[in-house]
Amino acid sequence: MDFVAILSIFVLACFVGYYVVWSVTPALHTPLMAVTNAISSVIIVGALIAGAAAGSTGSKWLGLAAVVLASVNIFGGFAVTQRMLAMYKKKERPAPRP
Amino acid sequence: MEHVAVNPWVALAYLVAGVCFILALRGLSSPATSQRGNRFGMIGMGVAVVTTLVTHVPLTATLIEGEDYAALIARVDYAAAFEIVAAIALGAVIGVGVARRIAMTAMPQLVAAFHSLVGLAAVLVAAAAFLNPVAFGIAVPVLFPDGSAVALINPVSRVEMGLGVAIGAITFSGSVIAFLKLNGTMGGKPILLPARHAINLGVLAAILLLVAYFTVDQSPWVFWTVTLLSFAIGFLLIVPIGGADMPVVVSMLNSYSGWAAAAMGFTLHNSAMIITGALVGSSGAILSYIMCRAMNRSFVSVIAGGFGAEAAGGAGGAAASDRAWKRGSAEDAAFLMGQAEQVIIVPGYGMAVAQAQHALREMADKLKAHGVRVKYAIHPVAGRMPGHMNVLLAEANVPYDEVFELEDINSEFAQTDVAFVIGANDVTNPAAKTDRSSPIYGMPVLDVEKAKTVLFIKRSMGGVGYAGVDNEVFYRDNTMMLLADAKKMVEEIVKSLD
Repeated sequence: MDFVAILSIFVLACFVGYYVVWSVTPALHTPLMAVTNAISSVIIVGALIAGAAAGSTGSKWLGLAAVVLASVNIFGGFAVTQRMLAMYKKKERPAPRP
Repeated sequence: MEHVAVNPWVALAYLVAGVCFILALRGLSSPATSQRGNRFGMIGMGVAVVTTLVTHVPLTATLIEGEDYAALIARVDYAAAFEIVAAIALGAVIGVGVARRIAMTAMPQLVAAFHSLVGLAAVLVAAAAFLNPVAFGIAVPVLFPDGSAVALINPVSRVEMGLGVAIGAITFSGSVIAFLKLNGTMGGKPILLPARHAINLGVLAAILLLVAYFTVDQSPWVFWTVTLLSFAIGFLLIVPIGGADMPVVVSMLNSYSGWAAAAMGFTLHNSAMIITGALVGSSGAILSYIMCRAMNRSFVSVIAGGFGAEAAGGAGGAAASDRAWKRGSAEDAAFLMGQAEQVIIVPGYGMAVAQAQHALREMADKLKAHGVRVKYAIHPVAGRMPGHMNVLLAEANVPYDEVFELEDINSEFAQTDVAFVIGANDVTNPAAKTDRSSPIYGMPVLDVEKAKTVLFIKRSMGGVGYAGVDNEVFYRDNTMMLLADAKKMVEEIVKSLD
């Protein structure tokens, strides 16, 4: 892919992001931050490439360290988002009364 | 300079991952679809990770020599593959462990800590790409006549790499400071350095100039100086910003973590990373904008920092405490609310600090049993991050259709018997509507004073809100101050309601 093709994807994705995020209900802004944080850890792709490449020991260990950090974020981010979203309930639950 | 030809299936897989991430955010448009959205996010991440693992299996070259031949054979390097899987597993154990145990009130700190990890990961990936550019397909080996070889990195990739490492480093050090402030390890008060604006602008200019210079000279010192300066500027930018401006800061760092991922996506020509980076970047930017608008402050003035410090210094001496105000007891509050037709609860950061959300929901249940209609009104900047109050109320099992945003409920206060303010202050101050000299003038506020009675839970009459301004509501005839710890007061009201 040449630079202009990549730039096109980027610019269009910015517009998609703009409209999608404005449609997020304010009540879910905290889960939004948690999940965007999890998906921005897609940077793990770069870390995996570095960790798997031969040729430079320094680069490989930097890559592996980045894999650990990004992995904490991916698993932690999705898990905590799931935990939060599961709490949002609509109907009145019969309150446990003594 | 062309990249290694990419298998179209691989490119398609990354595109699928990117689309899954868009659907993940789309799901958050309503709580009913949000969990499905989150699963799309997980699927997208799974696709991206598996695709990368499959296409980048670690290999070792083994030399095989027979009697009359010699050949280099590539074999899977199982040790290296194991290391990668172990690294992912280690991260998974830590991540899931933290996510399970964290208290909902600590969510702002957790998000800040997670942002710092994305930032640091971006720095490490950029550094790895700088040390081994051939592996990332962004360099051409150049052989010199004297026999030495150098991997010459593409100039465009150098800019992308330089920006990636700079944004990543700013995200990291800024998020660490934000974490320390939110966690209470570091005081919430703004710390003001002399000439900080000049220093910050100087450092930023130096970073940009060095990134530009990086295109003609790929010496290690340029790369590492950019990294160090970026760590420094992230620290310098966040240190002068005070506690209640943290919703803007956390949103801004959220945005940066996205731009860092996008910059690395440009370096790697990876569409999943670019789409994600753009999504996260715009998400954080929009949240920052919403937060700024809710405080009627410009983004620049928040980033310039120091809000509250000057205001508190000026207004602190003003003698407002002589004015008459009414004090109420838990019994009074219980009586007033028990007789009411409608009660609107206005929670703020104080509710989170006192962990009063569960007691509050118990109180609401009791009131409902008395036939009272109960609603919640949330100001966009209540708490320490966007949506903070909503999560806490959801944790306490408050149904989300009883919780309303400022613009949806503000007109209802006039027809409401009791406005119950718990741990909020500045967001209810009518001075924002009338007093042009007030530091919060122009900020949208909840019209609690229009309710027949205002019950205001506050620790003591001495403290002022974050903006350092006195609240007119305290002294109105229809206001009753409930001076106590928020949780204790609510628990006492619950007892009195029986």
